[in-house]
Amino acid sequence: MPQDAMSDVILMAHGSGGKLSHDLVERVFIKHLSNPILNSLEDAAAIDLTDGNGQLRGQPVFTTDSFVIQPIFFPGGDIGKLSVCGTVNDLSMQGAIPLYLSSGFILEEGLPLRDLETIVASLAVTARGAGVQVVAGDTKVVEHGSADQVFINTAGIGVVPPGVHIAAKRARPGDVVLVSGAVGDHGLAIMTQREGLRFESPLQSDCAPLNDLVRAMLDVCPDIHVLRDPTRGGLATTLNEIAEAAQTGIAIREMAVPVHEPVRAASEILGLDPLYVANEGKLIAIVPPAKAGIVLAAMRAHPLGREAAHVGGVVSDHPGRVVLETVLGTRRLLDMLVAEQLPRIC
Amino acid sequence: MCLAVPLAVKRIHGALADVEIGGVMRQVSLVLTPEAREGDYVLVHTGFAISVLNESEAQETLALFAELAEAERQLDEEEALRLSDTEAGA
Amino acid sequence: MRYTDEYRDPQAARRLIDEIGRTTLAPFSIMEFCGGHTHAIMRYGIRQMLEGHVHMLSGPGCPVCVTADVDIDRVIALATVPGVMVATFGDMIRVPGTRSSLQQARATGADVRIVYSALDALELAQQNPDASVVMLGIGFETTVPTVAASVIQAQEMGLTNYFVYSMHKLTEPATRGILDAGEVHLDAVLGPGHVSAITGWGMWEFLPRDYGIPCAISGFEPLDILQAVLDIARALRDGEPRVSNSYRRGVTAEGNAVAQSLVARVFSVDAAEWRGLGEIPDSGLWLRPEYQAFDARAAIEIPEDAIAEPSPERRACRCGEVLRGVMTPPECPLYDKLCTPATPIGPCMVSAEGSCAAYYRYGGSII
Repeated sequence: MPQDAMSDVILMAHGSGGKLSHDLVERVFIKHLSNPILNSLEDAAAIDLTDGNGQLRGQPVFTTDSFVIQPIFFPGGDIGKLSVCGTVNDLSMQGAIPLYLSSGFILEEGLPLRDLETIVASLAVTARGAGVQVVAGDTKVVEHGSADQVFINTAGIGVVPPGVHIAAKRARPGDVVLVSGAVGDHGLAIMTQREGLRFESPLQSDCAPLNDLVRAMLDVCPDIHVLRDPTRGGLATTLNEIAEAAQTGIAIREMAVPVHEPVRAASEILGLDPLYVANEGKLIAIVPPAKAGIVLAAMRAHPLGREAAHVGGVVSDHPGRVVLETVLGTRRLLDMLVAEQLPRIC
Repeated sequence: MCLAVPLAVKRIHGALADVEIGGVMRQVSLVLTPEAREGDYVLVHTGFAISVLNESEAQETLALFAELAEAERQLDEEEALRLSDTEAGA
Repeated sequence: MRYTDEYRDPQAARRLIDEIGRTTLAPFSIMEFCGGHTHAIMRYGIRQMLEGHVHMLSGPGCPVCVTADVDIDRVIALATVPGVMVATFGDMIRVPGTRSSLQQARATGADVRIVYSALDALELAQQNPDASVVMLGIGFETTVPTVAASVIQAQEMGLTNYFVYSMHKLTEPATRGILDAGEVHLDAVLGPGHVSAITGWGMWEFLPRDYGIPCAISGFEPLDILQAVLDIARALRDGEPRVSNSYRRGVTAEGNAVAQSLVARVFSVDAAEWRGLGEIPDSGLWLRPEYQAFDARAAIEIPEDAIAEPSPERRACRCGEVLRGVMTPPECPLYDKLCTPATPIGPCMVSAEGSCAAYYRYGGSII
């Protein structure tokens, strides 16, 4: 076999640290992710959290997230893109500027190399677009059947600028609840791809890094009280988590929550509720009432916040619970999700 | 037993039909509603059309709601007249 | 979205409520047979809107809730038989049997697939010729024709690895069972609109005729439900028990003849075991001998030790009484204590259409 030829699938040898591993790192990871820190291929990455004067740019924050999504390619994205967005968004929800990521891959023996390359390329493009560097990585290979094609872990480091203090506990009665756009796109786009559910529809995941949107919002209001991205469990679950942590009530108007027509339609067919469906490119912001107008305007001026909406408020009634005003104008409890929503017949 | 959704029949091929709602397309079976035609709306339950929606009945039902609105408006008018009569007489 | 949004108009809802208030002579109670109605009534806050005029009682119309433990245990056991692939509607996956659930069985290696349609199960059988695909037949008259169609299609395709495990049940015997038991006072029944799309509204004439109470066949949008309640209020005011078709765009007197004949071809009616109601004659559907080749009960041997002894919590489960309308979920001693959606003791708490799940989810007690 010629020196330059590579197998077209991942083999156990790709994870063993030898020549094949080294080739894989060079030809796939370095090729797409190239930056001075990563390229040095040291065992650990030296990172810099200071400004030009040697001062810390802000409170360092650190997070990690693992990605096991199936299918690994979905309308609007793939696991590579998601692995950057998820961690960048965790940092952004603290109000942090995301700076560095690590990316650890667990590959299933037999994964087509072409698929890995697509994923890594996508990861790289997303990271560059978000302004973060992938400075550390790792690759392991497990036997066929021991992993679902590819699992990725992404750890991230950022800095929270001075003056920004975001925490669920900061929600106060009177605060306004904003959402950055339509909910349910990601979860429904995924579900339509799964075995047994076939739609030819324009549903796309909303997967996107939110750090730039958050920056625009903090620029007009450094005193945002709460930021959260409604991922698993959807808007309803995330609002419940906030209400629980802050021990206040939250009241939401169903009519005010933006939902794209195809998401609504697909939900009707499957018997799902978009309020409980995962989002990967949306955020909830809870802001002091006096600032609600300018924060909403800043969101709508940003490409990822065009459909931002004022959906409700924080109240002193029913502490720890979320209440929904239905389309009929009646009120009912909006509980958190207990288990994954599944298509139903009844 | 309960979850059935109204979908528009776009194209029929044999016992299957392409149906659509809100921009979402799906293929369903017309085995239980062979009389369905393109342009009809059907109630779909677990991938089968179970009933062809009756457009004129639907219109009539909506008209009934509108009638209620009219009846209520008249009631309100009568109430307002009565009140102003009472005030005028007082 | 057409045929949907128009039936959710808040102004029209308000007017219907006002008209119900003007028509009602005294508060009355309605049993909504169908779990889908329970779900819609709670989701839209209709229960609150009707307070003072109408008392809504949940009935046994949740197909998963009325499936007996013995059947749930058997299908869980089926799933563990090597070579068997169980295909099920999502409703069934977390329902607890005596000791386990399909979800738990799947976690320990059983091949269980969630399907949206019986046609998907057929496709699984085609794609997996070495597996015995068993479609779990749950659901009332709305779903039965779809499963019947899948059996006929399997026969036409010459498939030898497609089976149905029928647990299908009929709504009329269950309704009679509840009324005959006389445990709960009902002034009227809110009839299931999609069951009636298949059976026709004529089937419900037995209510005024044999029990002297009115019935309104209702769709599932809020205005449909409110219109049906208004039709009931008028029938009670007039002292004329009658069946009203309040879902005229979807339901006719005779129903869907094609669907009915497909069902009659594939299934026969016999006694069946219902949770909470015991054995009811002529209430269940079983595959006819001509279709025995597709009958999972005949074709696949289920391990004898499938039926376990119920745990103490399980024995304390009062789902049966909730299903009969005798007890509201908050009145059950286990409700919100031992039995929650995360830790369900009985099907009523885990099924999307179960009364207990609906109460818990929509806050029947705090709002």
